[in-house]
Formats: sequence, structure tokens, C-alpha cells
Amino acid sequence: MSLSTSKPPAPRLATPKTAAIAARNAADVQLRGSWSLTFARLRRDPASIGSITVILLIVAFALGAPLVAAWTGHGPTEQFRDTGLSPSGIPVGPSAEFLLGADQLGRDVLVRLAYGAQVSLLVGVVASIAASVIGVVVGVVAGFFGGPVDTVLSRITDLVMSVPFLLCAIALVAVLGPSLPLSIAVIVFFSWTGLARVIRGQVMALRHREFVEAARSLGASRTSIMFRDILPNLVVPIIVYTTLMIPSAIVFEATLSFLGLGIVPPTPSWGNMLADAANGSLYLIAWWMVVVPGGALLALTLAFNLLGDGLRDALDPAASKGGKGA
Amino acid sequence: MTRFILARVGFGLLVLFLLSVFVFVLFYVSPSDPARIIAGDKATEELMAQIRVKLGLDQPIYVQYLNFVGNLLRGDIGFSYRSGLPVSDLLYARVPVTMSLVFGAVVLWLAIGIPIGIASAKHPGSLRDRFGQGFAIVGISFPTFVLGMMALFLLYFLPTKAGVTLFPPGGYVPFAEDPLGWAWHLILPWTTLALVVAAVYARLTRGQMLEVLGQDYIRTARAKGLTERRITYTHAFRSAMPPLVTQLGIDIGLMLGGVIVIEQVFGLLGVGSLAVTSVAMQDRPVVIAIVLLGGVFVVVANLVVDLLYAVLDSRVRTAAR
Repeated sequence: MSLSTSKPPAPRLATPKTAAIAARNAADVQLRGSWSLTFARLRRDPASIGSITVILLIVAFALGAPLVAAWTGHGPTEQFRDTGLSPSGIPVGPSAEFLLGADQLGRDVLVRLAYGAQVSLLVGVVASIAASVIGVVVGVVAGFFGGPVDTVLSRITDLVMSVPFLLCAIALVAVLGPSLPLSIAVIVFFSWTGLARVIRGQVMALRHREFVEAARSLGASRTSIMFRDILPNLVVPIIVYTTLMIPSAIVFEATLSFLGLGIVPPTPSWGNMLADAANGSLYLIAWWMVVVPGGALLALTLAFNLLGDGLRDALDPAASKGGKGA
Repeated sequence: MTRFILARVGFGLLVLFLLSVFVFVLFYVSPSDPARIIAGDKATEELMAQIRVKLGLDQPIYVQYLNFVGNLLRGDIGFSYRSGLPVSDLLYARVPVTMSLVFGAVVLWLAIGIPIGIASAKHPGSLRDRFGQGFAIVGISFPTFVLGMMALFLLYFLPTKAGVTLFPPGGYVPFAEDPLGWAWHLILPWTTLALVVAAVYARLTRGQMLEVLGQDYIRTARAKGLTERRITYTHAFRSAMPPLVTQLGIDIGLMLGGVIVIEQVFGLLGVGSLAVTSVAMQDRPVVIAIVLLGGVFVVVANLVVDLLYAVLDSRVRTAAR
């Protein structure tokens, strides 16, 4: 991280003007903290800018779902069997009335897409944040205490990692009944392990560093050392991992919904829209039913993955010097 | 080394034990009544009571569990509640499909991912590298079922509508009956699965190779005048392999769950689609068997990785002795 190693201004030419410029430059250098440097690096990366734009557009689209519904005059679960379906019951394609086509019940794909975006974003963000909190706490505690605490926590992590998660998730959801909170809980349960491992490793490397010794000799409590001294050093991996967890959580939710085990129809989610399309291979004649939600899903996951990569490079430029950094 | 392996085996057994307890308790608390499932909606109370006694469902849960484990150790994994067929027969019919799918996909994804990763790492920042990186990030972001549906639409439906049959719509032909038909039927699911997973391998290979290629002994090898090909494959790639092997173990282990979606999209009647239908029908013995089979997959794959590590890396071999 860029520490503010501000050298004392040493004006070689003692004209008042150059001294003033030097002082101002020095002030500029000091003012640019690590966050503003990070943003400056992000701004120079077209992929990051593009992905932030895509994410913001999808967020706006999700928040504006009621507006979309009002504008088209189609509710998200409203069926228009007269106008949305052909006389033989085939959904109509993109048209003036249904901008992105209709689905097998004559519902407006555009409106459902907007409401489905709410689900994807909600599940993706909430599940990732919850999973990263668990991962960080487990990782910090395991790495900091070491010994038996570490052994127990690491074994639990290994255990969760060795579970065939999709099989267990579908068994769990099938028995308890699908719902939004359960989907989130299942995703959180199977997502925290990767971050816990990374954080544990980092904490183990940090725990014998001088600044931790210093805090300890000043009488800081263990909780204080963990959260005040060690945690701030882990901000980079936490931000990057959490960002990269969002797309996997979104795909996980879509997969559960696709299998009929996520969001309960008729509430739209991108996953169950794709399930509707797959049902009876309907998408082969109604391509928009897969291209629209599938494309939106791909755009959102791609944007988060690109943003995660961009954030990693921007937050930790040392790791990416010379084209390195996987 | 022996102690290390024993510890790993012990951990694997613990995983399987906890998995089986998890599924058992899960179905125990479930509101669905197995006797009702077996006897049908119009069954009398008496008939259902008889069925419960016959299956031991009137016993406390730990007795049921011990019976289950006892039967399992004798090689009996029970009968499906729905079809009444032995679960082993059901699995026996499904496992070859899933194995064929996983086998082909693994070969393909290694064949796609690793060369892309190596090519990227040889010339970081080049156009080739950018393409490789682009492939990787798109692949990682692509939900498997979306890719599968798009592949079916573009490569099966559109050509067929135009009068050219490039690929079948799905389904499965046993290898023993018709090897070519087997491959022809599986090529779309293989490619779909492989493209998505290959992306992970391309990234991992690139990262590992970049790290290794920067090391002193590679410079030494160059100074000795070795060919670039020799340096890349014998010297660098060999050192870059262990993390790839770990990842492969994890991926193959989790494949039994991972293929569920692919099997659904391509209409393959494998273990994954059996899991989905059995879960939907609350067919407890089948679900338990599949979850445990999935657990066995993971445990065995991890064990093989641990052993391979010892073969690949002499440091592990000596340290564990």
C-alpha cells in the first residue's frame, strides 16, 4: 500500500515562487491517500469503468422495476394470453407491445427481467457479504489463535469444502421448501470457506509482525489486536474476494431457481425465467426466453468478475506489475 | 506417509458419516411421510402403519440410522420408495452416463485450459495473452446452463431447421453399443462443461507458469541453451502442476453435483437428473445414496490428489516420511 512517505520539502532554488510550487506539490502528494490512488487506477482501466457502468445500469433497472411495469402497463406476474400468445399458444417475440417478447404464459419478459434483477442482486450481494463476514471471522480467529482453535476451525472449513454442495443444497431445499431466505442461507453456508482459508494464511503471516508485538506490549487486548491492528491489513483480499463472490452467488441462485429449488414461481427470477425457457425446450422456438435472461445473467456476472479483477489490480498494483497476477 | 494417508482416510470417513447423518436428519424432520409416498394418497391408516413397521420407520431415528449403516456395510442400500426398485439398480443404470460425461469433459477442459494458460504466460501482455484472459473471464462468468441452452439452440436447432443435422438434441447411447454415437451424443455437453471449467484452468495455469518462469532456475536452463519448448514443458510446467492437480481433484470430486444442470439441459439420464427427480419426489433412499456417492467421489478424489502430490513433489515425499 502506498504509505505517505512525505519527504520534507527541500527547495534547491530558493525563489519564493518555486518554493510555493514545491509546497503545493507536496501538499498534493499528501492529499492523495490510498483510496484516491485506487480510484485513479480504476478510472484508467476501461474494463473496470465498463463493468461499473453495467452494474449501475442493472441496479437502476432493478430499482426501476415498478416504473418499467407502469410504463409497459404489464405487471410482473400478469398474464396476457390474448396478446402475448399466438392463437396456437406460442409466446410472441419482441414487438412494440412486448419489447423483449413474452413468455409461455403471455407475461412480459422485460418486466420480469427487471423484477428478476432485484432477486439476483439481492441474493448476490447479501449472500456474499454474509459469507465474507463469516469467512473473515473464522479466518482471523483461526489464524490468530492457532493451536487447537485453528485445528478445529480448519477442519470445519475442510469439511464444508468436501461436501458435494449442489447435491446437499437441493436435498435441503427440497425438504425445507424453497424460499428466498433459504436460498441465501444455503449459498452463504457453502461460500465462506475460500475466504476463510485465504484470511487465515494472511493472519498467520501478520501475527508475528512488529506492529502486532507493539500493540501487545502496549497492553492491547486480543480482540483489539485482531480487529484494530490485523483486520485493516486484510482489506484488499476481503474487498476483492467479496466482489468475486457476488457473481458465483448470483449463478448459484440462478442454478437453484433453474432446478425449481430457488425463488418460488410466479415471482420472477432470472433462474426461473431460464427454467421456463428450458421447460419442454420452449426456447428453441422462443429464443428470447433464453437470450434475454441468459444475456442479462452473463452481463452481470461478467461485470462483477471484471470489477473484481480491476479492483485487485488497483488495490494491489505491486501484484500486477509486469503483467503478472493471475 | 502411511500415517498421513490414514489421517486423510479417517477424515474422509468423517465427511461421509456427517453427510449421511445430515441427510438422515433432514428427511426425518421433513413433513413428508414415506408411508404415504409408498402407499399412495388413498391408502388406509392400517396399510400405512404396516409399511412403517416393515421399513422400520416406527423405530427411533438412531435405530433407523444404525440399521441403515448396517445394511450399507452389507452392500444393501435399500429400495426406492417410488419405484420399489433397488437403489443400486437405479444407480447402476445412471452412473455410466455421468461417468462418460465427466470423463470426456475432463479431457477436453485440460486440453483447452492448460495450453491457453501456457500460451498466455509465455508472452504476458501480448495479444495472445489478452485473448486467453478474455476467454478465461467470459468462461468463468458463463452459467453452464445458459451456455448449454445457447449451444443447443445454435448448433442443434438452427441447423436442423435449415435441414442439416449437426448434433443430436441430447440423449445417450452406451459406448459399448456404438462408440461413435456415444461421442456424437456427448460432444455438446462435453464442450459446454469443458469450456466453462477450462477457463478456471487457463487462469490457474497462467498464474502458476508466470510465477515459475520468473525463477532463477529457468534462467539457468536458458543459459544452458535448452530449447524454449524443453524449458516450458519439462522445467516450468512440471513445477506449475501441483496446484493444477489440487484443482482437478476438487473439480472431479464435485462433478457429480456439478453435472446436474448439464444433464438437465441435455436430457441425459445420469445421476444428476436422478438426484433432481428423487429430491422432487422425496424418495429418501435414492437421495441418501446419491449424496453419499457424491461424498465418496469427493473423498476419493482428494485422496488421489494427496497421493499424486507425493509423486509430483519430492519435498512432500521426504517431509512426510
